[in-house]
Amino acid sequence: MKMLVCISKTPDTTSKIAFTDNFTRFDTSGVTFIVNPTDEWYALVRAIEVKEQLQTGSVTVINVGPKENESVVIQKALAIGADNAVRIDADAADAFFVASQIAAHAQQEQYDLIFTGKETIDYNGSGIGGMLAELLDMPYLSLANHMVIDAAGSATITREIEGGVEVVTVNKPFVISAQKGMAEQRIPNMRGIMSARTKPVKVIAPVSVDTYTSIVNYQLPPARTEVKLIDPENPETLIKLLHEEAKVI
Amino acid sequence: MSVLIYVTHANGVIKKSTFETALYARKVADMLGTADVVAVSLGNVSQAELAALGNYGVTRVLADNSSVFTQFDSAAQTKALANAATATNAQVVVLSHNSAGKAIAPRLSVRLKAGLVTGAIDLPVISGASFTVKKSVFSGKAFANYAIHTPVKIVSVSPNAFPVVKGSGSATVEAWQSGVLGADVKVTVKEVKTMSDKVALPEAELVVSAGRGMKGPENWGMIEELADALGAATACSRPVADVHWRPHHEHVGQTGIAISPNLYIAIGISGAIQHLAGVNSSKVIVVINKDPEAPFFKAADYGIVGDAFEIVPRLIQAVKTFKAQNA
Repeated sequence: MKMLVCISKTPDTTSKIAFTDNFTRFDTSGVTFIVNPTDEWYALVRAIEVKEQLQTGSVTVINVGPKENESVVIQKALAIGADNAVRIDADAADAFFVASQIAAHAQQEQYDLIFTGKETIDYNGSGIGGMLAELLDMPYLSLANHMVIDAAGSATITREIEGGVEVVTVNKPFVISAQKGMAEQRIPNMRGIMSARTKPVKVIAPVSVDTYTSIVNYQLPPARTEVKLIDPENPETLIKLLHEEAKVI
Repeated sequence: MSVLIYVTHANGVIKKSTFETALYARKVADMLGTADVVAVSLGNVSQAELAALGNYGVTRVLADNSSVFTQFDSAAQTKALANAATATNAQVVVLSHNSAGKAIAPRLSVRLKAGLVTGAIDLPVISGASFTVKKSVFSGKAFANYAIHTPVKIVSVSPNAFPVVKGSGSATVEAWQSGVLGADVKVTVKEVKTMSDKVALPEAELVVSAGRGMKGPENWGMIEELADALGAATACSRPVADVHWRPHHEHVGQTGIAISPNLYIAIGISGAIQHLAGVNSSKVIVVINKDPEAPFFKAADYGIVGDAFEIVPRLIQAVKTFKAQNA
């Protein structure tokens, strides 16, 4: 099974979010960057597991971003167990730009499975997988939390829907977005970290893409008013306040 | 010219998210000076159910009740919607940012060469050729205003961001051939498992959530009882889902699901920044925690410092009394 895993660079989950240039740019000073959690924990690890289970195939990770992403996110993915990496040398302008870059590479390589995480924790777009699937004319299984696949590429996938799950079958090639339940996070060991340094990272120039969307500016949410504390001896007051003051019940 | 919406239904019953998108689309159409809000219905939904979309501002419904749509395949749904967009000369397509919308909207963006903003939390600002949409970014820690530069625009609307107000009206329902064939469907749905008696978490207006402070899964009875009394959905924090006290789909937070209910009651959850990211767009937050230093109190509207095991049973009783008085 020839597999491609799309990985994004995102701020660490504990990052304080601030902006510069009159709220038009994300302030990266003091921010630690990581591999987007669902890309790493679920998409990448499940791809590695499939290779281990079938005892054949390859796992390539792909990232659209500047050179520094090689040390920030690509090395981590290689240390966890990807075989090689591709970096498209461009700033990730928007979802369509990123999906178009990945699709241009995937078209040449003819992958069997393409994984993404369910969404990134920075722009929360959740669009890359669906766009890739349409660009490559493949089925798209979004929000998947379980997948079994055989050597022939016939898969049974559980995906989340409102208030439950849907169990579907599909044959390769397809695009899948992975979320919690697909796999368990793996911590790279020393051997993985050492071998990552010798794994190939291919750098590709971007293809030209029309700009579909752009961010005009950012806003921070308004501060919440001070919490109103309710006497624990009279918790019933809460229900009265929720009805009469907050008007939510 | 039209503003197009996609009808989400389960076994022929139209979901609330469709009414949200219909009302959103109606307002967008009014801003653009467009009369038609066209709803695309794929699969078997009754004529009466579809005509009633007129109550939410829909003028026309294109209904393809072909059996190919009994299987949800995002490629087939996208093809149908794209054909409808072309046939009605759609300027804007509005979907819900729910499981169907997340699968279809990105595909449709590619197919229609239309810029997409997912998870919109407000109406667009339209001024001449400029069209900007506000969405939540950094998992609720900030908002971004996105400009869409393409002639056709696609917006998926965050569930629960817009109140549903039922007006009056009736939509014209037209039998319509979407052009989707059996060969377009490559995904086979084997089984759908839903907890039909429970309120689905992403759509819930009221949510009762609990964390490690509950000490063990055996203590969730009172959480469920409080949720049932309120008509709320249940949710949990990440540590609780990680140790399998609760199912993964209940996990709210940065790496779980983000929700924006009218009321979020957090019981025995300290309020780590990753958890807050998933819930801080809730309209009202109540925190119950025995630790007065729990960071969650800083993000809360109402708080009770005390033992959940004493307070929750009394709240259940108070809700039942309240419901009986206001029934």
